[in-house]
Amino acid sequence: MKILVCISHVPDTTSKINFVDNDTQFDTNGVQYIINPNDEFGLTRAMWFKEKDGAVVDVINVGGAETESTLRKALAIGADAAIRIDTAALEASQVAKEIATVIAAGGYDLIIAGRESIDYNGGMVPGMIAALMDASYVNNCVGLEISDGKATAIREIDGGKETVSTQLPLVIGAQKGLVEESDLKIPNMRGIMMARKKPLTVQPASAVSPLATTSTYEKPAPKGEVKLVDADKVDDLIDLLHKEAKVI
Amino acid sequence: MSVLVYAETDQGKLKKSAFEVASYGKAVADMMGTSLSAVTFNAETAEELGTYGVAKAMNISTTAAFDAKVYASGIEAAAEAVGATVIVVSSSADARYLTPLVAMGMAAGYVTNVVAAPEGLSPFTVKRSAFTNKAFTHTEITAEKKIIGVSNNAFGLIEQPTDCAVEDFSPALAAPAVTVEQVDKATDKVTIADAEIVVSGGRGLKGPENWHMIEDLADTLGAATACSKPVSDMGWRPHSEHVGQTGKPVASNLYIAIGVSGAIQHLAGINSSKVKVVINNDPEAPFFKAADYGIVGDAFEVVPQLIEKLKAFKAQG
Repeated sequence: MKILVCISHVPDTTSKINFVDNDTQFDTNGVQYIINPNDEFGLTRAMWFKEKDGAVVDVINVGGAETESTLRKALAIGADAAIRIDTAALEASQVAKEIATVIAAGGYDLIIAGRESIDYNGGMVPGMIAALMDASYVNNCVGLEISDGKATAIREIDGGKETVSTQLPLVIGAQKGLVEESDLKIPNMRGIMMARKKPLTVQPASAVSPLATTSTYEKPAPKGEVKLVDADKVDDLIDLLHKEAKVI
Repeated sequence: MSVLVYAETDQGKLKKSAFEVASYGKAVADMMGTSLSAVTFNAETAEELGTYGVAKAMNISTTAAFDAKVYASGIEAAAEAVGATVIVVSSSADARYLTPLVAMGMAAGYVTNVVAAPEGLSPFTVKRSAFTNKAFTHTEITAEKKIIGVSNNAFGLIEQPTDCAVEDFSPALAAPAVTVEQVDKATDKVTIADAEIVVSGGRGLKGPENWHMIEDLADTLGAATACSKPVSDMGWRPHSEHVGQTGKPVASNLYIAIGVSGAIQHLAGINSSKVKVVINNDPEAPFFKAADYGIVGDAFEVVPQLIEKLKAFKAQG
């Protein structure tokens, strides 16, 4: 089985989000980048298929040279090879189309992408890849088993879970639950050393035009002070929620 | 040129999000000077969409379970039938699942998490939340066909009564891509996605055995229950209740956090909730900086009192 895991290079979850150049650019100053958490849950599941079934796992990113440290981390975790498509990631459909080109050439059975990136929160790349490949597709995937070319996947739905069976090739939108937080691997020294020798191929982009473009950014308005209510006077809180906030 | 909304149903009943996307669609249709249509699946009372400005509802009857590919093909056919150039969908798990397929099928520009009516038609620019609610972007949809995913509870319901013509629509649908083997869904519980009120517990509750307090308070308010990341990581509560940056987003009218300190990732995830209340014994907890109302006190004393007083308040009507 050949697996491709799509890796987004995103600011760490604790990052302060700021913008520069008249709010037209994300301020990368002091920001640590990580593998998008949803992608990391997917990568960890892919490692399980590698260890158990001898699957070959490639990772891919659409982005500039600055994302290579994140791809190297994925190699250190255990991926076999990395591909970087050398263009700025502008928009989901552009990213999906660039990745679909690699999939068409690579013959992958399973494509894993996080259900959304924690920076732009678009949540559409896995579905768009599935549409472009006309492959099976399960989003919000919290469980996946594959045997004899057939997949059983669990999808988190609003208020519960749905178990589906389907054929390969399959695209999943990965999220927490696909593996546990405690299953995530921190690369060890041997992994980091080996990652340096693994192939990281840079491919030219196929010049897809984006269907949407972001021009400016804005930060939420600062919040007012909290109104404190005495712990002995919960009636006051009920009164405020009813009369002032009008939410109960 | 017209506007189409995908109005979702649950067991044949239109969901609240169906009325919200209709309200949003009406605002766009008015800006464009065109009419508003809706597509529904198995809706029993599609005419209710008229209250929010829908002039025509096309209802597709299927016996099959929800399937992203099947539903996407129905929405595409409806868009074709009414010549829609703008499609409006919700942020439900199902809408997010199927809409990327519609977008690729129609070569449409799709933007999710949109929080307000378009800022203009030419260029067609929308405001959306990004960085898990830590920022907004102003994004132009440059493609000729546009799909807007409206953030839950961001636009609200706006009544504009219109006569709604309901018709049966029977396009050729795609074959299902997956076979549904089993659905485990609690039908008696409010989901975090649809809840007006969410009650959330953190590590301050000391253990899963104390969750009856959270559940009692939620039941009293008709609310959904949620939890912080450490609580789900420790297995006190299921992952599906974890709200925050790597969990679920919450966009309720009221969010009550009990014993949740307020890590930056948690606050980001709940930031689109309208009113936030925190109950915590540590006055230095970061949540107090993000909340509208707060009580500094022991949850084990405050929450039972709050439940009792709320029951009395509800009994008065």
